[in-house]
Amino acid sequence: MTLKIPENLENISTEIIETDLLIIGGGNAGCFSAIEAKKLNPDLKVTIMEKAHISRSGACSAGMDAINTYIPEGKTPEDLVRWCRSQVGGGPLREDLVLSCAEELNESVDDLEQWGLPILRDDDDNPRYRGKWDISIHGEALKPIMAEKAIEVGAEVYNRIVGSALLMSGDQCIGAMGFGVRNGKFYIFKAKATIVATGGACGLYKSYTSDSTDSHHQTWMCPFNVGTGYAMGIKAGAEFTSMEQRWVATRSKDFCGPIDTISVGYKSNIINAKGEKILEERYAHLGGDQAPRYIRANAPMEEWLEGRGPTYADTTHLSDEEVKDLKVDYLNERPSYVLFLAARGQDITKEPIEIYGSDPYIVGGHTGSGYWVEMDRMTTIKGLFAAGETAGGNPNKFVGGCAAEGKLATRGAMKYMDALELPETDMEQVELEKKRIFEPLFKGTDFDGVKPREMEERLQRLMDEYAGGSSQFYRTNEERLNYCLKHLKKLKNDVQYLQAGNLHDLMLAHEVIDRLDVAEIVCHHLSHRKETRWQGWQTRSDYPETNPEFDCFVESRLNTETNEIETFTRPYEQIIQGDRYKE
Amino acid sequence: MPPRVNPEKCDGCNAQEEPLCEQVCPGDLMTLNESGKAVCRENSDCWDCMSCTKICPVGAIETRMPYQLGYHGAKLIPMVGTNTITWTSIDINKKVERFRFKTRID
Ligand SMILES: Cc1cc2nc3c(=O)[nH]c(=O)nc-3n(C[C@H](O)[C@H](O)[C@H](O)COP(=O)(O)OP(=O)(O)OC[C@H]3O[C@@H](n4cnc5c(N)ncnc54)[C@H](O)[C@@H]3O)c2cc1C
Ligand code: SF4
Ligand code: SF4
Repeated sequence: MTLKIPENLENISTEIIETDLLIIGGGNAGCFSAIEAKKLNPDLKVTIMEKAHISRSGACSAGMDAINTYIPEGKTPEDLVRWCRSQVGGGPLREDLVLSCAEELNESVDDLEQWGLPILRDDDDNPRYRGKWDISIHGEALKPIMAEKAIEVGAEVYNRIVGSALLMSGDQCIGAMGFGVRNGKFYIFKAKATIVATGGACGLYKSYTSDSTDSHHQTWMCPFNVGTGYAMGIKAGAEFTSMEQRWVATRSKDFCGPIDTISVGYKSNIINAKGEKILEERYAHLGGDQAPRYIRANAPMEEWLEGRGPTYADTTHLSDEEVKDLKVDYLNERPSYVLFLAARGQDITKEPIEIYGSDPYIVGGHTGSGYWVEMDRMTTIKGLFAAGETAGGNPNKFVGGCAAEGKLATRGAMKYMDALELPETDMEQVELEKKRIFEPLFKGTDFDGVKPREMEERLQRLMDEYAGGSSQFYRTNEERLNYCLKHLKKLKNDVQYLQAGNLHDLMLAHEVIDRLDVAEIVCHHLSHRKETRWQGWQTRSDYPETNPEFDCFVESRLNTETNEIETFTRPYEQIIQGDRYKE
Repeated sequence: MPPRVNPEKCDGCNAQEEPLCEQVCPGDLMTLNESGKAVCRENSDCWDCMSCTKICPVGAIETRMPYQLGYHGAKLIPMVGTNTITWTSIDINKKVERFRFKTRID
């Protein structure tokens, strides 16, 4: 319900919450973190700060039709690492992190089943595999199931509180700050240890449907995850890894619906306008239908670029029974896609499903982008841990791996907080943050300002056209990146003009501010990697080949003294033996 | 793809402290207008997750396909039961399909 907005900063009330473990973001990873903490120590105070409502928030809001990774009988966690490595073109990736998630994976998925998630099983009662590693579920209620468990075990949930910044004491993180989008209060959470699990960043780039009325959020990723978890760390000087490894998904064209479900689950070939099986015929040398994920995502767009579009997932071989099963899968993951098919009046056994590449996202549960973390999931900031899409180096986590990492981060955080005394809070940073948060509300009606949406659209066009969005077939070069960085600075300067008429708009204002920080480091990372390693995810038209010198991680960090982003590299270490490019 | 609320059916979730559609929307988009009826603040910001449509106890919300993406007249209607959901899809040629499945293990 609409609330009367306070007239000035002095009228904003402040709420202070003290806790042992603070989890920023009660999504997939965050819920598992909370549940693990209460399992290890029922007396521990565990607090979740959630921007939306925990029952339907983040990537899993609409549901899921598969758990993308579950180790089948006869395979080992090491095998999963090999698959994971081949999917990201041989890396670099943090094999130590990947392995640790793989070791926790099956148990985490089994937890979900115990809590009530229907996992489809074959005649022998084994989970029904869709492809090699992914199992089918009826996951319409996946998010409420996780949320209810977190509440049941006694985690304290603060819904509709938008995290905005870390609470620091010197170089140590001692919690976070934020604001209530429903009650307009300022929140300070003081915690012995903090886990950031706010998911990835959507909306850095323009979605190609966003020009059509009512379709601004026609995106693969949850558009309400905007990268705030990254932005908090960037501002505090944390180190980030692989932010140039953007995630691009192949989606149904015009309406962003799932394609893996059809191509993997229902063995539908990806074809071009001429009916050529693109992957089998053009990418046989890279593995055909089993090619790394970025190849599969990029291939349809290459066809369009070369004049061989449209591209399709060929569903014309499906039986009526299979179509029905397929629609049930959709209804579990993205129900509105079934409405789209109805609105096109499309019989997919006669007309194949058209596909296209999505706008790029930063999601560390899919590629390697995110915070650089140690094995205990501590970031380079003391007391701050990361899990799920927010944590880097560890691609292909998806639902099961994000859950597993949530648990691992909790274990790390609990070890760290043992015998830790909370230092005093420096109130100056708190007052500054409060002012920063609420400023856009108090501009006054006469103020000639900028709307959050205007700035968002400017940012999205800039990134799309200059930093390799879908309109540019994901290509960029040094000059465009420099242009982009120059304009990002102008946008950052214009933040002072952002104006919000209500608390919802205030949230939108902070979403675009956070996106600016993330977009900036993405450009720096893209600029540092002077080669093309993962076409589509990262394509440099000025350096179209792979360069062995860049067989390493690209890292970045804000130098808090100069206020400039610095980039550098870290070496890749192969831990699991075998051909890096093969499973 | 914006949710469209039927004001005849919506009772603003009378007895509830917070209307259910407002409570669940991951994007903070659903709210009540001056007449106490639910509205989506900004159609273009909707992710089409259908959480609001599914949770409305009186079936007042219809998820609409923007015309720019799909043609007029299609419908997809959820009916939420205990541990199950039933969906009815009606396409632009009036073809009706029904789907029912478990959402939780009993
Ligand atoms: C459309 C789609 C389909 C997918 N399909 C599959 C699939 O079939 N199988 C599979 O295994 N994986 C799938 N995935 C991937 C999987 O869902 C994600 O990798 C995983 O759920 C991410 O978990 P997370 O905890 O990192 O993020 P999320 O679950 O998104 O959680 C992030 C949480 O942080 C909250 N938050 C964000 N910002 C703030 C803030 N400032 N303050 C406080 N809270 C905040 C959000 O509201 C949310 O609750 C899919 C993803 C998408 C988007
Ligand atoms: S859930 Fe339904 S009845 Fe309740 S406020 Fe929303 S639209 Fe109205
Ligand atoms: S469909 Fe989802 S995003 Fe759209 S208004 Fe409803 S709950 Fe919100």
